[in-house]
Amino acid sequence: MEASAYIDEARDPLIIAEGWVKDGREVALATVVETWGSAPRPVGSHLVIDGEGNFQGSVSGGCVEGAVVTEAIDVIGTGKAKMLEFGVADETAWRVGLSCGGRIRVYVERLG
Amino acid sequence: MDRQVLQTLNAERRARRAAVVVTDMSDGSVRLIRQRDATEGELGEAVTKALRTGRSGLVEIGARSLFLNVHLPNPRLVVIGAVHISQALAPMAKIAGYPVEIIDPRSAFATPERFPEIVLHAEWPEDILARQPLDAYTALAAVTHDPKVDDMPLKAALDAGCFYVGALGSRKTHAKRVERLLAMGATAEQIESIHSPIGIDIAAASPAEIAVAVLAEVVRAFRSRGLEAKGAAA
Repeated sequence: MEASAYIDEARDPLIIAEGWVKDGREVALATVVETWGSAPRPVGSHLVIDGEGNFQGSVSGGCVEGAVVTEAIDVIGTGKAKMLEFGVADETAWRVGLSCGGRIRVYVERLG
Repeated sequence: MDRQVLQTLNAERRARRAAVVVTDMSDGSVRLIRQRDATEGELGEAVTKALRTGRSGLVEIGARSLFLNVHLPNPRLVVIGAVHISQALAPMAKIAGYPVEIIDPRSAFATPERFPEIVLHAEWPEDILARQPLDAYTALAAVTHDPKVDDMPLKAALDAGCFYVGALGSRKTHAKRVERLLAMGATAEQIESIHSPIGIDIAAASPAEIAVAVLAEVVRAFRSRGLEAKGAAA
């Protein structure tokens, strides 16, 4: 048996991202770099996004992925990395938030 | 991250080798440090700690803020012996996130009917382990009661630094096993690390209950990995 059988290749964001880059797609990588309080996904979790808004993986329990995808498409366009911060839903900085009450910082960079 | 770093990282992950991606938050530059790469100074210390604990996070080094993302291989459990305990242990461990492989050269035991949807090797441990070596992210539980089958993989697990090594048997059985392992060249420290009697003490009686006790011991070993070393340093 191949050692790679230990990675769930069909759902692994970094494996998927490598495939997308090989196919010539433009790709951004979002990473949870800091969490406070109860956060749904641990530091280091990845979401990968292509130029058309297709995505795999997660940085939250589905609460903020939509906003991250929008920002990622911007990052793909400019090539300039961004730091995003999400808190509870009633914070004014973002339209979306985390219902769990935690806060997360997500770093978005272009894969090139 | 550029495509070269991504390819190298995925190659390391597929080969079950640990690696750390270091991103400088000020300029976005990325560096991949593989477990076998020696890294000096404060960054080296931070990388070593990250590899030991498996925790990713931001570190301040000098005036720079660095994000260390640790990629450790997934834990897995190798069970020597396609016995009644293993029939309960394999599905439980799989659900808990510890994929199981079972090795037993006795083909009457190692049948797909007894172990549906479990990776099964009806071979001698020395043959399969030569092709698929054990590593630090693998747990090994030897449950055949047969020294011919159990001893070699136990010694191999100790030498590979498996995060958990457990062996079924009474204290008397284990005392004899210790003598054999010492004769095979195992050190006293290695012998000390073997979990025997196997499993945490929950007064388990049935094979399925023993499986619960073994799985709990494997989880505890994985989640407290490196903590002893941290305590010793403090």
